[in-house]
Amino acid sequence: MKGKATKLHTESPLPKEALKIGGYRGPNSNILQTLLIPVLAVITSLIIGAIVVVISNKAAIESYQNFFHAPGAAIIATWDAIATAYGALFYGSFGNIKELIEGIKAYYAAGDTKPILLAIYPFTESLATVTPYILAGLAVAVGFKCGLFNIGAEGQFGIGALCSAFVGYSIKGLPLYVHLPLALLAGAAGGAIWGAIPGYLKGLTGAHEVVNTIMMNYISFRLSDWLLKGPMKATGYRPVTPVIENSAMLPRFFPDPLRFNWGFFLALAVTVFVYWFLFKTTIGFEIRTVGANPAGARYAGMSIVRNFVIAMTLSGALAGLAGATQVLGIDHWVGQGFSAGYGFDSIAIALLGQSHPVGVVLAALLWGTLRSGATRMQSLAGVPIEIISIIQGLVIVFVAAPAVIRWIYRIRAIRAEQIILTRGWGG
Amino acid sequence: MEIMENKTALNSRKAPNMRSRLTSGIVLIAIGLLIVLLFGLSLQAGMKSTFGLTPLDDKYVIPLPALVLPVQPAIYILALVSVFAGAWQLAHGTRSSTALVGVVAFCFISSFLIWATKGKSMDLVGTMNTSLVRATPIALAALCGVISERAAVVNIAIEGIMLVSAMTSVITATVAHNLYIGLLAGILTGMIIAALHAILVIQFRVDQIISGVAINIIGTGISSFISKRFMQANIDQLNNSGILPNIPIPFVVKIPVLGPVLFENNLIVYIMLILVAIIYVLLFNTPWGLRTRAVGEHPKAADTLGINVYLTRYVNVILGGLIAGIGGAYFTIGSVGRFEKLMTAGKGFIGLAAMIFGNWNPIGALGSSLIFGFADSLQVKMQILETPIPSEFLQMAPYIVTIIVLAGVVGRVHMPAADGTPYEKQ
Repeated sequence: MKGKATKLHTESPLPKEALKIGGYRGPNSNILQTLLIPVLAVITSLIIGAIVVVISNKAAIESYQNFFHAPGAAIIATWDAIATAYGALFYGSFGNIKELIEGIKAYYAAGDTKPILLAIYPFTESLATVTPYILAGLAVAVGFKCGLFNIGAEGQFGIGALCSAFVGYSIKGLPLYVHLPLALLAGAAGGAIWGAIPGYLKGLTGAHEVVNTIMMNYISFRLSDWLLKGPMKATGYRPVTPVIENSAMLPRFFPDPLRFNWGFFLALAVTVFVYWFLFKTTIGFEIRTVGANPAGARYAGMSIVRNFVIAMTLSGALAGLAGATQVLGIDHWVGQGFSAGYGFDSIAIALLGQSHPVGVVLAALLWGTLRSGATRMQSLAGVPIEIISIIQGLVIVFVAAPAVIRWIYRIRAIRAEQIILTRGWGG
Repeated sequence: MEIMENKTALNSRKAPNMRSRLTSGIVLIAIGLLIVLLFGLSLQAGMKSTFGLTPLDDKYVIPLPALVLPVQPAIYILALVSVFAGAWQLAHGTRSSTALVGVVAFCFISSFLIWATKGKSMDLVGTMNTSLVRATPIALAALCGVISERAAVVNIAIEGIMLVSAMTSVITATVAHNLYIGLLAGILTGMIIAALHAILVIQFRVDQIISGVAINIIGTGISSFISKRFMQANIDQLNNSGILPNIPIPFVVKIPVLGPVLFENNLIVYIMLILVAIIYVLLFNTPWGLRTRAVGEHPKAADTLGINVYLTRYVNVILGGLIAGIGGAYFTIGSVGRFEKLMTAGKGFIGLAAMIFGNWNPIGALGSSLIFGFADSLQVKMQILETPIPSEFLQMAPYIVTIIVLAGVVGRVHMPAADGTPYEKQ
């Protein structure tokens, strides 16, 4: 601890850094410039994704083999490959306006709601997918604001899901307005504990949260394997929990195949809360200050340890809540490998959203619709769903290395606040 | 005057030592008592544990009779040894508390094994060999971490590197009908991806952890994409390479216990063991190693002395990629002969834990990789032996131990001082 303190002091030239406290962004930055890099990053990644689609398309590659005889055919084949893939992606994300009109007509003609529900299915499904991404993205963003890299959202998500599922199926006979909040709180509490441990260790001993959250991830995977095989297993062969009680389910807006539920609005409400907490409360100010400049925060008499613990607990709670909304709103039970992928997705979302709650919601909307549409793309266009991971990784690279984007598009560098995200292993 | 200063310096150094001596002594004694409590008390007298010292299907080694231990006395002796070690630590203190911790860990694990095999028999040498084999990719990942972090570049992209290398090596090996060309392809892939990481973090000064995360995601995506799109439909053309054969090393393979454990493995296991030795010597006994460590500890000073900080970092990260590439190749051509998506299953991250656990030292990294490998192989044995402890908890143990080690409860880890920070030439 002693060595760490001196290291921090020598590292920070105070006068320059002190300006960063409280998110001061400099006179030149405006909303357009803030959006420029992420938007270009997404566009560039989608273009590279398109190239991958074309390369992996047999017809397109074959047409390029006699490019000099029939250049037109090659271009058409290229366009075909991209249009089929991204068209299916778009259709899977938002549905089809023609189907919607047909559905409305059918409703007025015969009172049949089925076509209209079918038409809005892709869009509502996207919103349902977005819900956990908003919360998990917020989780990582809160960590970033405090200078902590919570790579363990996946484990916190899983533990949160298990806790809320347990409350959901084991308690019977409660009314909805008691049972549902209880289940949500259980999820948040589970995630909070899972996040608080690395936060506490980081504050107390300087053990790096990246390694510890990774370790906590693996512990949670093994723990959930065991729970699903043993204590929490439903009757039957599969290692899954029992289905939760009706009173613990987040109410859905439409009849059954449509899974859009109250979780989405809960997530938006939580976003407002996180915004208020980070930007309008003293604790939020302290957290941001510790994140921007730990030495300055220490000078100002703020407790680094306390803020680490608070930030990681909140972060874990948000990730746990994300797991809870997934269980209570969408799946209604938990199976193995339940949380897979949410950890890295949430990091991408937090980075893309520049760690700001509003940005996170926008990024999560993009992410959820992409993910949800990709399923349809896989079945309709035969493009594996993993293309989304490639696009996602590229987005992170471009957002984290704006120099690359500036170089591609010949944009002059602007002087803007550099978000400090992590501080190496040592803390 | 000078003497007094020395004395105060000594005292100030001694004070925390005294406290850690007390805590570690008490912890060691507690572990001794725990052995009695967990394994000793629930025993019937006269039970025996049998440990096979010769693998059943081994045709090289000089056979040894199985080791038969009376359970109760063995466990009590082991418990006594740990209590004694704790008492020794309390009373005298010792320079190398690591050695004592090692002794007690050995006691705990052995008594657990003896307890678990009570009334049954277990192929000890086979388990040790499986541990080594399972530790191989972890150790290679850890070595990749050591070599790049000694030059202050954090590389958590190892998982992604290994996945893509695993894929390219099996494809190349299948297409070329040559496993060694496959291995080379895996190595080359590792170097290319590591170079990408190096460019991002050294040239563009991207946050090292974020770059690593991004490369992991892209690596997972690309390998799963290609696997689904091309390899699943054309297994025989693209995804069926066969595996590297076990190469028994003449003469030494006949040595009981050591032979079947160490000298009857495939090429990648040998490469791993040799690399550990080479990197250790390179790091601590050559000018290159000195430069690397200087760049990792104090890049500014290194720069002042005329060491090219950027070049050193590039070289080290790319060399790390080479090693991770071998680790990736292990998953396909070294063990199952085909690629499945996400087949590295977090071994790259565990390798990082092993690196930290091993204190950024190649030999330490090998040691801790062996612990992870041992827990992994033991978990299979435990299922066969029908121990009441769920195997999941056994698998959890190394992660929990890593957290404890990282928190500084048992010894302290010293990472390179500049680790994770970009260097800006002035």
